[in-house]
Amino acid sequence: MAARNCLVANDWICWDYVTSRAPELADATLEHVWITAVSVLIGVAVAVPLALLARRGRRWAAPVLGLTTLLYTIPSLAMFSLLLPFFGLSAALVVTGLVLYSLTILVRNLLAGLEAVPEEVREAARGMGYGPLRLLWQVELPLALPALLAGVRIATVSTVALTTVGSIVGKGGLGNLIAPGVNSSFKAQVLTASVLCVLLALVADLLLLGLQRLLTPWTRAGRPARAKGV
Amino acid sequence: MGGVLGRTFDWLGDGANWSGENGVWHRLAEHLLVSGIALGVACAVALPVGLWLGHVGRGGALAVNLSNAGRAVPVFAVLALFMVSPLRSAGYLPTVVALVLFAVPPLLTNAYVGMREVDRSVVEAARGMGMSGRQLFWRVELPLARGLVMTGLRSGAVQVIATATIAAMVGQGGLGRIITAGFNTYDTPQVVAGALLVALLALLVEGLLVAADRLLLRRGRPAPR
Repeated sequence: MAARNCLVANDWICWDYVTSRAPELADATLEHVWITAVSVLIGVAVAVPLALLARRGRRWAAPVLGLTTLLYTIPSLAMFSLLLPFFGLSAALVVTGLVLYSLTILVRNLLAGLEAVPEEVREAARGMGYGPLRLLWQVELPLALPALLAGVRIATVSTVALTTVGSIVGKGGLGNLIAPGVNSSFKAQVLTASVLCVLLALVADLLLLGLQRLLTPWTRAGRPARAKGV
Repeated sequence: MGGVLGRTFDWLGDGANWSGENGVWHRLAEHLLVSGIALGVACAVALPVGLWLGHVGRGGALAVNLSNAGRAVPVFAVLALFMVSPLRSAGYLPTVVALVLFAVPPLLTNAYVGMREVDRSVVEAARGMGMSGRQLFWRVELPLARGLVMTGLRSGAVQVIATATIAAMVGQGGLGRIITAGFNTYDTPQVVAGALLVALLALLVEGLLVAADRLLLRRGRPAPR
């Protein structure tokens, strides 16, 4: 036995913990990643039609924005508990809750992006014979992409953080290690899982930033032009 | 689901659920105390810094990135860390600190952006009229930034109230306890009742802030536009 065992001493930082529980940590991280990824992807898939609906006029915008904002006031803890009768103790429950939360950010950002498309651009495209669908797909959505991706970044980061609360139904990714760690005062486990959670958010944000740069090269080229006015 | 809703109102209508240590009144008081202190501290820290940074026009990257960082704070994880530290026995302190960490970034960002969004030509005009930096801040920038600052305050308040429920997951007080207690006993009506109470509280506080804002606007407006 080593002179001093950090697991026995219940230290905050304990490499023995990381090495001896590596599979457990990897499983929790993996669960965290896929719950987040699936939630954000479904969130985007739901947000696009909602934003398009909200764009049709005030009659649609008010209920869509009102409802997605109202969803944000429901405590995450309650959201997961409320969905329990429908989904049982499953990952689908956590994903559904997270999708509902991400809508607040995604719908707003996408709507702002679509509304920022200059009317002249639309007119020009129509003049070139673009139909509504082609206009949306080839002109409006690409131009709204920076705003959408900015929203996806915010939604992803907050989803990574919120996933931990899913541990109340046992599907919280790294939160599954944090909750029992609190009960047993297992410092190394709580700290390691928390740090991994923050790192995950950071890595996801950087990856999405890279994707944003890749998909919207024109926004970088546009920057010097904007500075002209100063 | 109609049955659950009916039984939720039965639960809310039962006076026994409102009194005592685990009753609604006590939990509501805890919830208001914790969220109120957290929001107050967050405002005291974030608003002066955000407004000042906006006034001098520096630290933009910091202010904007901080907002994202705030969303990345897993409140549950922060709270959990405090609960395995010596702070565990410090009463409401862990919850308050976790909520402050969560609420500061959006408040600061909105205050900064609000100040920066003020029309530069208006600022230049005020400067041309011979206003000092201090006058410019109080008489021009702050009144014009008010809208965005208040929006930040309102969404901050709603988020703090909704998030304060997480305290229950580590055994702290507040309305979240009604939810976790119902969850542990498979009492769905109680869970729904707890969620309803938190959502109502959040909406009520938002409504009060809107009303207060309108009142201030009416009294504070120097001259009609």
